[in-house]
Amino acid sequence: MPSNPPLRSGGGWCRRRRVGATVRKAMTNPIQPVVLRLTGITKRFGPLVANDGISLTLHAGEVLALLGENGAGKTTLMNILFGHYVADEGTVEAFGHPLPPGSPKAALVAGIGMVHQHFTLADNLSVLDNVAVGTEPLWRFWSDRAAARRRLLELADRFGLGVRPDAPVGDLSVGERQRVEILKALYRDARILILDEPTAVLTPQEATGLFDTLRRLTADGLAVVFISHKMHEVFAVSDTVAVLRGGRLVATRATADTSREELAEMMVGRAVKPPTPTPMVPGEPVLELKDVTVLSGHGRPHLDGADLTVRRHQIVGIAGVSGNGQTALADLVSGLIVPDGGTLALKGQPVRAADAAAMVRRGVARIPEDRHAAGLVGSMAVWENLIAERYRDPAFQRWGVLKRAAARRTAEEAIRAFDVRCPGPDARTQLLSGGNMQKLILGRTLAYGPDLILASQPTRGLDVGAVSYVHGRLLEARAAGAGVLLISEDLDEILAVADCIAVVYHGRITPLLPHDRVSVRQLGLLMAGHWDVLSEIADAA
Amino acid sequence: MRLEPRTHTPLAVRILAPMGAVVAALALCALLVAWTGAPVLTAYGLLVEGAVGSRFALTETLTRATPLILTGLAAAVAFRTRLWNIGAEGQLYMGALAAVVLGGGMLNLPFWLLWPVVLLGGALAGGLTLLGPAVLKVRFGVDEVVTTLLLNFVVLLFVSMLLEGALKDPMGMGWPQSAPVVEAAELPKLVARTRLHAGLVIALALAVLLWLIDTRTIWGYENRAVGANPRAAAFAGMPVTRVMLRTALLSGGLAGLAGAAEVAGLKGYLTLDLSPGFGYSGIVVAMLAQLHPLGVVGAALFIAGIFVGADAMSRAMPVPNYIADVLVATSLLCMLVAGLLARYRLRRG
Repeated sequence: MPSNPPLRSGGGWCRRRRVGATVRKAMTNPIQPVVLRLTGITKRFGPLVANDGISLTLHAGEVLALLGENGAGKTTLMNILFGHYVADEGTVEAFGHPLPPGSPKAALVAGIGMVHQHFTLADNLSVLDNVAVGTEPLWRFWSDRAAARRRLLELADRFGLGVRPDAPVGDLSVGERQRVEILKALYRDARILILDEPTAVLTPQEATGLFDTLRRLTADGLAVVFISHKMHEVFAVSDTVAVLRGGRLVATRATADTSREELAEMMVGRAVKPPTPTPMVPGEPVLELKDVTVLSGHGRPHLDGADLTVRRHQIVGIAGVSGNGQTALADLVSGLIVPDGGTLALKGQPVRAADAAAMVRRGVARIPEDRHAAGLVGSMAVWENLIAERYRDPAFQRWGVLKRAAARRTAEEAIRAFDVRCPGPDARTQLLSGGNMQKLILGRTLAYGPDLILASQPTRGLDVGAVSYVHGRLLEARAAGAGVLLISEDLDEILAVADCIAVVYHGRITPLLPHDRVSVRQLGLLMAGHWDVLSEIADAA
Repeated sequence: MRLEPRTHTPLAVRILAPMGAVVAALALCALLVAWTGAPVLTAYGLLVEGAVGSRFALTETLTRATPLILTGLAAAVAFRTRLWNIGAEGQLYMGALAAVVLGGGMLNLPFWLLWPVVLLGGALAGGLTLLGPAVLKVRFGVDEVVTTLLLNFVVLLFVSMLLEGALKDPMGMGWPQSAPVVEAAELPKLVARTRLHAGLVIALALAVLLWLIDTRTIWGYENRAVGANPRAAAFAGMPVTRVMLRTALLSGGLAGLAGAAEVAGLKGYLTLDLSPGFGYSGIVVAMLAQLHPLGVVGAALFIAGIFVGADAMSRAMPVPNYIADVLVATSLLCMLVAGLLARYRLRRG
């Protein structure tokens, strides 16, 4: 993307981390005043204790990383802080004054700004309008746009947040939108900034730019709370890390005094051993795309002359910023669409019609990107979802009458085999946690010995334990002879399990790059469209 | 005290909620009844008596319930698959039209063959009427709420044109009505010297059949999945388009059958006042029944009883029979609130 900040150092995350650590030592100053103090925050939802006596302090100039699995209570805590929820017990103090509970407005006035994971911008308004909206008195007929523009540009300049004030937000990239969100908070004089999983949508380079901004902000005396479940970011950016688990504060540590392993163990409550792939010799191709084009109906095509081969015993990772053709690729392999040009072949046989049921019959296991919207029917029972791809099999019906007992038995087996935590096969699916829903989908697809697995963002939103479970299952299937197409926006995931990596950008796919011959920096450049790096990789090999 | 979502709604709550809603509706409407100056309990007593108090009252209620069960099923079946069929009224008239054409003497068939042909013809006409909007929906994404609703007026004007022209009964003294169906096309009566006809048995059998299809067959399974999450159903490989078109034929068919049964079982000929809005009331029936096929039977009996009873009451009291419309509408609103509240529980503290 042309608007990326230029790379400041040649190092990957590891180098960054060390640089960050030295800067931090210089910055951590014990005399810095406390700006935010949470004391004994408890919040109950019925029998569930979402926050259990949590106390935290935040100093000026400090970046506090709030680390925890899904459901650990991070979001609840921040919602209490920002006034969306009222705590059952405990107090919030900002700059020495108690914050009235349940008032987002009071939080704003006290100087707390929040950047949500899903941006709250109006696409049809300009950057300037988005930033200034709501800050001007309503009973005045004119708005002082010149002053607003001066203030915006001054802030942008001071903190390295390059934006075009007149561009409509709808035209901006995700990284730019995030900068607008941060500017919006700063424009309202925020002195405490809360960022909810800010890097989930960024390329590594954009993330590096964000961390750079955070350093400038803290140098200026702002305090930052950084919510994350990614370990490397915690080390890249934070001074202090607080780990939440099951609503409790497990520990608060200076980032320099802890390690990845220690944090992971505190998050999950036991030692986590990520599965390690053993090298395997790839077999015959199970999926071949040759010069595939998928038109979008307007503008540039979703896929533009894409070539890709996935073989047995091989996990191919597709890296890329979201919206570069991943969805079209997943839809093709799912049997929802057919190419507008080029050929798609499964195990050597061409695929001619968009037929999801036929793809299942031909041995494709499909894990959809959005398990709530496309994977499962939330209002139906677990057993009904488990047979959703195979209900026409003679095992589950005769003359159109469902064999409910047989379906339930199969469901019980899958629940056991895939460790789905639920009250039973008759439970409504929407009551399951995200990790258990994903296990349900795995149980539906992987139990039948697939030849090809399409895993689209298979671990998005899952906690550390569930992530390593899903990766373990994918590696097992690979050992059993399946080819795996892993589409993910999480580079860590791709680097952890993929044998080969291809990058998708503007609908084109790079040749397969062996995972041990390509660096994070090179992948980041490829994801931003700088494909001249390919020759550098080829030369090195 | 505060409300808290339930993870599971017990059966008792699911049955008690609609009953509570009806009681609440009766209590609210008591204010209106009292406003007219009539004694509330006597008025409600007369209403109940007029609905179920005698052999005549009971058969009248059942007769009135017959088309409501069928249009209620039509709405329930369509809504479960998220096909918003607001056109049951038009489909009903198309069914009735087919019934007078087929039963008007052009087919010379014996009794045991003719009335089934008339009913099936009516169902087919209704089904095909809804198939058009359904095809437009799945092919081009045309909103079926608009097309089905507007088709009602098209159908009514079309029927009006025929009743003034080609189908006008030459013996009808100039009234815009069709010639009556032949005797062999008429449905058998269930109880002698009443208006109750075999349409009721057919409607009840269809309700049970639809309930079995819904819970026991892969058709019902597909319908429920497509209705609850069409994207997930398509992803799993279910034939979403086919399910939609199938549902359209079934839903329109049930509404068409309601029209054909009214002609063949009750009126004998077609006029433009054949249906006092049975198609629209079917939507209310389906909503009251929470789209459950067996619940439709109960809801249709309830609404039919209110209308028949209110007619009887208004003859003896200064309460206009419009109270029936108000009662039904209030019941529906209370029902929606009760359905929402049933998903929560009250907790102290």
